[in-house]
Parts: sequence; structure tokens; C-alpha cells
Amino acid sequence: MTSFWQEYRENWIAVVALAVVLLVVAAALLAPWITPQDPYDLANLNLRDARRPPGFVGSNGYVHWLGTDAQGRDLFSAILYGLRISLQMGIAAGAVAMALGATLGILAAHAGGRIEQAIMRVVDLQLSFPAILLALVLVAVLGQGKVPLVIALVTAQYAYFARTAYGAATAERQKDYVEAARATPLPGHRVVFRHILPNCLPPLIVVGTVQVANAIALEATLSFLGLGLPPTEPSLGMLIANGFQYMMSGRTWISVYPGVALIVLIVAINVVGDQLRDQFNPRLRR
Amino acid sequence: MLGYVIQRLIQAAIVMLAMSALVFVGVYAIGNPIDVLISPDATQDIREAAIRHYGLDLPLWQQYLAFLGRLLQGDLGRSFVLNMPVLDLVLSRLPATLELALASVLIGAFIGIPLGVYAGYRPDSVLSRAIMALSVLGFSVPTFWIGLILILTFAVNLGWLPAGDRGPTVEVLGVGWSFLTWEGLQFLALPALNLSLFKLAMMIRLSRAGTREVMLSDTVKFARAAGLSEYTILRRHVLRLISIPLVTVFGLEFGSTLAFAVVTETIFSWPGVGKLIIDSITSLDRPVMVGYLVLVAFLFVTINLVVDLTYALLDPRLRRGGRAA
Repeated sequence: MTSFWQEYRENWIAVVALAVVLLVVAAALLAPWITPQDPYDLANLNLRDARRPPGFVGSNGYVHWLGTDAQGRDLFSAILYGLRISLQMGIAAGAVAMALGATLGILAAHAGGRIEQAIMRVVDLQLSFPAILLALVLVAVLGQGKVPLVIALVTAQYAYFARTAYGAATAERQKDYVEAARATPLPGHRVVFRHILPNCLPPLIVVGTVQVANAIALEATLSFLGLGLPPTEPSLGMLIANGFQYMMSGRTWISVYPGVALIVLIVAINVVGDQLRDQFNPRLRR
Repeated sequence: MLGYVIQRLIQAAIVMLAMSALVFVGVYAIGNPIDVLISPDATQDIREAAIRHYGLDLPLWQQYLAFLGRLLQGDLGRSFVLNMPVLDLVLSRLPATLELALASVLIGAFIGIPLGVYAGYRPDSVLSRAIMALSVLGFSVPTFWIGLILILTFAVNLGWLPAGDRGPTVEVLGVGWSFLTWEGLQFLALPALNLSLFKLAMMIRLSRAGTREVMLSDTVKFARAAGLSEYTILRRHVLRLISIPLVTVFGLEFGSTLAFAVVTETIFSWPGVGKLIIDSITSLDRPVMVGYLVLVAFLFVTINLVVDLTYALLDPRLRRGGRAA
């Protein structure tokens, strides 16, 4: 673990990215305590403060560092609350997709035969079908809300985990230590959980990092198209969508700042994922 | 080989059938379309007549069988909202999307491949690092956000290009095209660039990886020994060797470009099929949703089938019922 961190530290860009991710997560977690207002308490909102540029001092007496939106909401507060929802959705979808995908992938590799064929055919079919279209349809069918959204994101993404887990598990399956474990009178599931699964984890963690970022991006896209969460739970995508109509008249901050927050988060997660992949990849080891 | 082809055809047909059933049943579950169709103050009689007219009073499986029967005759139903055949509707919007997708694929190829080859040829130069950073951004930043930034930069701040819509088109063979006039091209530029960024990033990565590999090969060593210039080596040998995987991926990616056009078309109000599906989802226009999805599923099943059969043609091991290694 220590040596892992020491290797990670050599890439300063990855260190900065990790710091950014941690900072964003902390800010999102602490949002109720560090934001000047609760952006969704209507009593706090004053339409006289609506669409004010960054730096405006509102009727509540504090500075709106990032300006306000069309309802007079402080954008900084709205962004932190939006990040909370985006992160919740991304992590929930990523975790469920990883659990489901890893189970299916390892099951396919372990069971072999017809089960393997059936699972992997469905997975391959889904991988060839664009995730965004699948999520779009599911959200349209299941309706708005957090649970339907997570279901849509998981359905769109589990296949990547299943492919990865399957690839890793088939590679492990042929190794001698698994043969040896199988020769002992241990039950099959013990071999899977104690021997195969731990060795499939590194690639799954890498895919998981990247897929959390993808889930956040996908959720933002769906919300931007008006198909994500209901307006009572605005994620970053919806904040961006709300500001879109004011962009033409030069009030760019309403869209731009939530977007910057989204991009910084996604790119930072991707950089961390890239670094993890390089470190887990034995071929690149010096 | 014939057995393999038949087996794959049957598989494709089963997948198509399953997809159509899933889409039909899934879409059936949304809301009550009759509320969209008639005004809320219509009398009970009108309401029931409308329900009967659209066949919404029948059990689900009967509606599906009727749908399937019409589907096999090439009839995808009529739009509830626009009251015209879905097939005509989709076909009238398809040229706009095809034009957009083709333009973005061309941008991806003609900009991405040279950049990627350069990045592979000089992997350590500053410019190559910048190109690779660009490709990371193209991969990870959501399309809709890049679209917004493009509009903000080129339409709002600089005022060079229109922010949306399709603008004037020229009729050729009964279909309107944008790329034939200078003004049309201006309208096409931003959406095409937006849609191309993902392909661009992928082309850069693929051609970079390919070039790095080929540069180490004997082909290049011999070409250098023969005294060819570096430019000639890149153009005549490297480019040719890396082109095969690029073309394969490109064919596969064309389908997903059509799907990703949904986002780009919404941002730029481009009147293609992607905008059609979003509009039909928001207005609960059930036949259009089902028809579009069945067409897309058909497109993907066909692409997969063609790819599988092509691979089988190229790889004799697959024909004997074995699996790909």
C-alpha cells in the first residue's frame, strides 16, 4: 500500500487530480454547512436578485461570488447542492453496475457452457448499442426520479464491468493456482470468492473509477435533455440546462459555472483512473 | 459456412423480435397517450371513440401482434401528434442526421488521423502531448457541454457562425442538403464539429497507437534503408498499414454517431431524427418512439450481423462453430 502511494506520487498531475476529487467530494458532503443559503428553500429566494452577475451583493446581504440564476438562487450554493446529487447518482450507479457486472462476468467465466454463452452474448450485444440511447429510452419509460435514473444508468453501464470481469476471470481460471485450489475439496464458491474475485479487482476498480465519471456525465446529459431528475432535485446537468436559454443574451455564468464544476470533476476522476490503470498494468511496470 | 450464416440470421431475427417486444411493452407503460391526443374538455363519447380509433382498448398482446403484423409490411404506425406515418416522418428527418453524421465522421478522419500519426511519430514532443491532452478531453467531457461552449464562443461572443437551426437547404433528388451552399455549410459547421469531437479523440488514439507500433516494424526500417523520405514513409507505408483497423472501427462507430446525434441535434435545434425522438418522448408520441427505436435496433442488429459475417469470412476458425480467441 505504501509503495503503491509512492508510485502514485511520482505523477504530480494525478496527485492534483486526486486532491481535486477529494476536495469536490468534501465540498459536496459539507454543502449545507458551507453554502450561504439553502438554494431550494423558496423562502430564501428573492426575484429581485435573479440573474445577477458574479460578485453581486444580494438582498440577503452576502456576496454572490458566482452570480445568481433565474430564480435568484445563489449559484455557488446551487452548484454544491447539484454536485451532491450528481455524485450520489454517479457513485450509486457505478457501485450497483460494478456489483451486477462483476457477478455476471465471473459467473459466466466460472460456469462456462450455455450460461457463459448466454450472458456474454447479451453483454456483447449491449456493448455494441450506444449507452446513451439505452439510458434515454429507459428514463423515458420508467419516468423521472432517482431510482429510475439509477436503473437506467446501471443498465447502460453494467456491460463494461461484465466484460472486464469476464476477461480477468477467464485469464485467472487458466492459472495453476486456481487449478490447485480446485483440486482441493473446497466448495466452488470459495474458490471464486477467495481466489478468483480478488485477482479480478484491480481492473474492475479502474473501470469503476472511469464509469463513475461516465455515469455523472451521462446523468448530466439526460438532465440537460430534460429527462433526468425532476426539477425539485436539480443536478448539475439541469442547472446547465436552466442557464442555456440565458446564454444568448450574454448571461453566460448561469450555465458556465455549473459546467466548469462538472468538467473539473469528470476530468479529475478520469486522470485518477488513468493513473490507477497504469499502476495496475504489469506491462508498464519498471 | 452456409450453416453459420443461417444460424446468425436466425439469431439476428430473434434479437430483433425480442427488441421490438421490449420496446413496445416498455413504451406502452408510459402515461396515457389519450390525454395528449384530445382536449381535456372533450366529451366521454369522443374520448372513447378516440381510444377505439387508435386501438388502445385492446389487450396489450393484441396491440403488439397488430403492431408486429404492420411492421412486417413496413408500416410503423402513425404519429399521434403530427398525424402522419412514422416511417415518412423518420425518413423525412433522416437526411439531416445522415448529413450531420457524415460531416462529423469526415472531420474526425481528416483531422484526427494526421494528428494521431504525428503524435505516434513523435510521441515525446510538446505538440504530441498537447494532442493527447486534447483527446482525453474529447473522450471525457460530455458532448452537450462542448456544444454549449462552441455556441458561446463562435455564435455569442465572436458572432461568426449561427447558433442553431439548419438554415437554407438545396434540393437534390427531392431531399434538402446543407453542404451545397456556403450559408448551409456555416449552419452545419458547429453541430458537425460538436458531434465529431468524440470520433476525433478516438481517431487520434487509434492512429497514434497504430503508428507507434508500425514505426518499430521492419517495413519502416527497410523503407528508411532504401532512402525514402520520412514523409513518404508515413504516407505510403504507415498510413496504409494503420488504415485497416481504422476503417473497421469507423464502420462500427457510424451507427453510434447516429445515436449521439440526439444530444447535438437538441442543442443546435438541428431538425434530424435525434431531435424527433426527444420531441416524441416529451410529447409522449408513442408510435414515433417505438418506430424510431425499432429502426435503430434494426440498424444495430444489421451492423453486428455484417461485422460477424465479415469476420467469419476472414477468420476460418469461426466458421467451424468455435469462438473467437
